[in-house]
Amino acid sequence: MAKPRIATTSLCGCFGCHMSLLDIDERILQLAELVDFDRSPIDDIKHISQRCRIGLIEGGCANEENVEVIREFRRNCDILVSVGDCATTGGLPALRNLVPLKECLEEAYIHGPSVHNPSGEIPNDEEIPLLLNKVYPAHEVVKVDYHLPGCPPSADALWAAINALLAEEPLELPYQLIKYD
Amino acid sequence: MSTLLDSAVRKICKAHDNDPTRLLDVARAVQEKYRCVSDEAIDVISQVLHLPRVTVESLVSFYAFLSTEKQGRVIIRLCDDVIDRMHGYDRVLDAFREELGIELGETTPDGNITLERTACIGMSDQAPAALINDVVVTRLNSDSAREIVRELREHMDPQRLVRTYGRGNNAHDLIRSMVRNNIQTEGLVLLTRTNRGEALRKALSLRPVEVIRAIKTARVRGRGGAGFPTGMKWEFTRAADGEQKVIICNADEGEPGTFKDRILLTEYPDRVFAGMTIAGYAIGAQEGILYLRAEYAYLKAFLEDRLEKRRKEGLLGENVLGHSRFHFDIRIQMGAGAYVCGEETALISSCEGTRGDPKNRPPFPAQHGYLGRPTSVNNVETLCCVTKIMEEGAAAFSQFGTNQSSGTKLLSISGDCRRPGVYELPFGTTLREVLNLCDAEDSIAVQVGGPSGQMVGPDAYDRQICFDDLATGGSIMTFGPQRDLLEVVHAFLEFFEDESCGYCTPCRVGTVLLKEAVERVRDDLCEPVDIDRFQEMGKMMKAMSRCGLGQTAPNPVLSTLENFPGLYANCKKEDSEGYRRSFDLEGSVTEASAIAGRPAHATGEKGGR
Repeated sequence: MAKPRIATTSLCGCFGCHMSLLDIDERILQLAELVDFDRSPIDDIKHISQRCRIGLIEGGCANEENVEVIREFRRNCDILVSVGDCATTGGLPALRNLVPLKECLEEAYIHGPSVHNPSGEIPNDEEIPLLLNKVYPAHEVVKVDYHLPGCPPSADALWAAINALLAEEPLELPYQLIKYD
Repeated sequence: MSTLLDSAVRKICKAHDNDPTRLLDVARAVQEKYRCVSDEAIDVISQVLHLPRVTVESLVSFYAFLSTEKQGRVIIRLCDDVIDRMHGYDRVLDAFREELGIELGETTPDGNITLERTACIGMSDQAPAALINDVVVTRLNSDSAREIVRELREHMDPQRLVRTYGRGNNAHDLIRSMVRNNIQTEGLVLLTRTNRGEALRKALSLRPVEVIRAIKTARVRGRGGAGFPTGMKWEFTRAADGEQKVIICNADEGEPGTFKDRILLTEYPDRVFAGMTIAGYAIGAQEGILYLRAEYAYLKAFLEDRLEKRRKEGLLGENVLGHSRFHFDIRIQMGAGAYVCGEETALISSCEGTRGDPKNRPPFPAQHGYLGRPTSVNNVETLCCVTKIMEEGAAAFSQFGTNQSSGTKLLSISGDCRRPGVYELPFGTTLREVLNLCDAEDSIAVQVGGPSGQMVGPDAYDRQICFDDLATGGSIMTFGPQRDLLEVVHAFLEFFEDESCGYCTPCRVGTVLLKEAVERVRDDLCEPVDIDRFQEMGKMMKAMSRCGLGQTAPNPVLSTLENFPGLYANCKKEDSEGYRRSFDLEGSVTEASAIAGRPAHATGEKGGR
């Protein structure tokens, strides 16, 4: 029987959740036994090639490309998991939701104290996806089945969650893994 | 810094004994004098009262009736709640905006008139209403709104807008208000004219424990809504350690749709004060505080006068009625516009001169209340019950009502009914009888207990008004067949969002998320997941919020989900691809498109949606 497939992506995140996934250390060999990786920054596959059991989403949606990606994940994954605080709430990037988009861009490309931009232009190429007017958590864009909080969720939490999902067993994380202060 | 302001603010502080626990009064006085509590004034206050600047600043930002921005000489605060909206709030608002040439929250360029909205001001039976400075104007329409502005422009004296006075004490020299009492049933216990005035004398002839026993025999429960047994509360407070004890009368009648305490304070203030004095005697307090909501400031001079009369008559002060060991006096603490202050621990915070933040419990106020002193907080109506029990006896009181809810209840009825007003009815009266009385038989829904209560439909009209069935602090809002109930739910959620003090996350964030979810339902963009979220969020807020506000804020949604599931029927639709129906890609790149001058990419086969 074919192994279940797993796909992962980092949208508007910092890849910290993916680093945390790599932090499972030698268990990554066990993971490779358990699943085949489809689209993921880990293997650099650019599009989901066939139906996946699990999709792990890191980061919220900040631009139209993020939306396209998360929709691809939703269409092709049985179970979609928001991994980490950015996917779950928008996280740090969502701080920009308090500032009008134009001001954000001007601060980043024109007025910021460390900006050197003699042309005074805000980058604008068709290849650059348009920013959304605010950063959205994953579940406001597509239906999300589970949320795994943490910034990032620890390797142990991710490991436990993936195993529980594969085994179709209820996930009971010990208190230490979901305590953040 | 202007030395004029400096010395004036210092003077105000001094008038309040430079006492940091009177910060709220200081801020109110500064606001009144300068029409704002400016940054400069905040500096002076924090310096003189030895308070961190942030304490003063956060207090000013907390209360709706305080502001750092300079306001107009006259502030029009238009009452914005569901009932007012049903009676033409929008038209009145438009008339004010047009006539003044300003938007909500703005002040006319000449600095004369500010236009604001405010939560329920306790006039739902004569809506739409507004506060103009302290003056209440009622039954507004677009014509009268325009007329008010024209007149104010001429004389800038809100009191002159009042031409006819309401009945009873509304016409009293110290009130002179157009507010109507609308007492619809001459009462059985509370709203009776006979006033023998013997309650206090009788109470003082008993020992304090005997007074408490009488209250327990009468089985009085708190009238504010929670229904805690009053005698037990007093017993706890009496038994608590502490030399000084305090009795607070909660006259922060802020639950939208409630206005019965207004009637008691207007027509029967001596019953309220006698009740407080009896309570003081029973728990061993020397100090009483009447916490009066800012919206009822028009009653303050009248109430102060009554207190002064009572002092002269020996009913307050040293040796009350000649009793050798009982000294008791009452002061009025004015609120400054904050719904959450009706919650007893928030109310205590406010009395202590701070932001009206609720406190953690335990310790309960009975052990550790106002300034750490054992404190009993009682509703206005409860204290009137106390007076009547002393006067007429426990049996005369408990002959009315049900086993678990003895006595009568004052109901404030508003909405789509022909006879809005205050009704005194025995506990156990069915909702149907209530609707018959107020002429609202065709109601499709009734909100019992205000936004924090529950909305019920016709299948519940045989249920009883009492603590064990349909509990209410007094608010009954009726909705006729023409009403959109989701609009009502949405308005209630907006109210909680506005009034959340912001201290705890479940309430601060939960109120917003619930409101947004209801907006999705109204926009026909909801999904089954929204229903799940309502349930989860409601449960979480009930369990995790710090005070009653957050704990009851999900009720408008939860009670309609249970009693009016049809309202949410459109949430059964789910997108076949698992996309959220409420997410609008095209709409969410409008800003970026405009900045970049190019349209959104078509994303995927369902792009652009």
